Amino acid sequence: MKIIIMGCGRRGAQLAYMLQQDGHEVTVLDRSEEAFDTEGYLPDDFTGTKMIGNGMDLDDLRRAGAEHADAFISATRGDNRNVMAAQIARHVFGIPRIVTLVHDPMRAEIYHSLGLRTVSPTRVVAELLKEALEAPEEDDPPSSAAAPED
Amino acid sequence: MYIIVVGGGKVGYYLAKELVESEHEALIIELDPARCAEITEDLGDIVMRGDGCEASTLERAGAGRADIVMAVTGDDEDNLVVCQVAKHKFDVPRTIARINNPKNEAVFTTLGIDTTVSATGAIMAQIEQELPTHPLISLLTLKGGGLEMVEVKIPASAAIVGKPIKEMLLPHQSLISLIVDSAGQPRVPTADTVLHEGDEVVAVTMKESEEALRAALTEPPPERSL
Repeated sequence: MKIIIMGCGRRGAQLAYMLQQDGHEVTVLDRSEEAFDTEGYLPDDFTGTKMIGNGMDLDDLRRAGAEHADAFISATRGDNRNVMAAQIARHVFGIPRIVTLVHDPMRAEIYHSLGLRTVSPTRVVAELLKEALEAPEEDDPPSSAAAPED
Repeated sequence: MYIIVVGGGKVGYYLAKELVESEHEALIIELDPARCAEITEDLGDIVMRGDGCEASTLERAGAGRADIVMAVTGDDEDNLVVCQVAKHKFDVPRTIARINNPKNEAVFTTLGIDTTVSATGAIMAQIEQELPTHPLISLLTLKGGGLEMVEVKIPASAAIVGKPIKEMLLPHQSLISLIVDSAGQPRVPTADTVLHEGDEVVAVTMKESEEALRAALTEPPPERSL
């Protein structure tokens, strides 16, 4: 699949690398040059396309190949940027598969009901933290839910 | 009417001021506490501190009974989300978004925002009227039939300068309706009216004949090889 990822922070970079390992053709968009230099999060052996550009800008999206993309994922820190870019990807470019990161659970719900596939890390992470808190004490901290005396 | 204005910058401030003066009920939602204090000092208690993109903030602001929500911050993505949350979560009948990047105008319309206002777009339209590279200005679209009223200024280099209108090859369904000369005198043209440099020609034309009309009025005579 041809996949465009908007945002090359920790999450976007990790995702881009994982998708490339799976054999997808990945283009990563970020507004800042620094996202792609040695300080950035992309590993050195990432071979996909790195592009400086704004994922909400029609011209930049076109340059990133939005007209022929199979999937678009917006993964910046800004919820509003993410949902605006996701809607442009869907309604202007007609990209078939769209996933968007929405930190605010309420906004995630609204945009989910508007037909976007939203992922809200806030609720997921809060649940993981709660689980970890409630898990029984052990000598070694569990990396995943360890079975107690059962 | 109850109108919620999201964004307390210059635009939001003057908008709310005007609305209150026209006896509407207005509320500004602004994130920055210092700005909130400034507005309160000037306009009284019509400010709420908060993030207008959050459903909970809009709820506190009484978005459920608002007639209009206007999003006028300096960020298009924030304005889009404010309007969409207002519309889909609170059923606000009318949403208005300020657009900073004029390219977003069409996008916002596609995404269901009722009205968009673009200062950049409005200023560009003004400039384009003055630019010599845009000799044909669209004045208005006439109802039905795809007819348009346009204005063209005759440049010195035009082949038609010094010649009567009847010598010009006008495109189909184009009609020269009015000529304003460089002194500002309006004339109703006849076939014998001679065109001069600097004349403003007002014409009615079909949208698809626009380019041909522009060419007839502005293009220099074809170069002749000796």
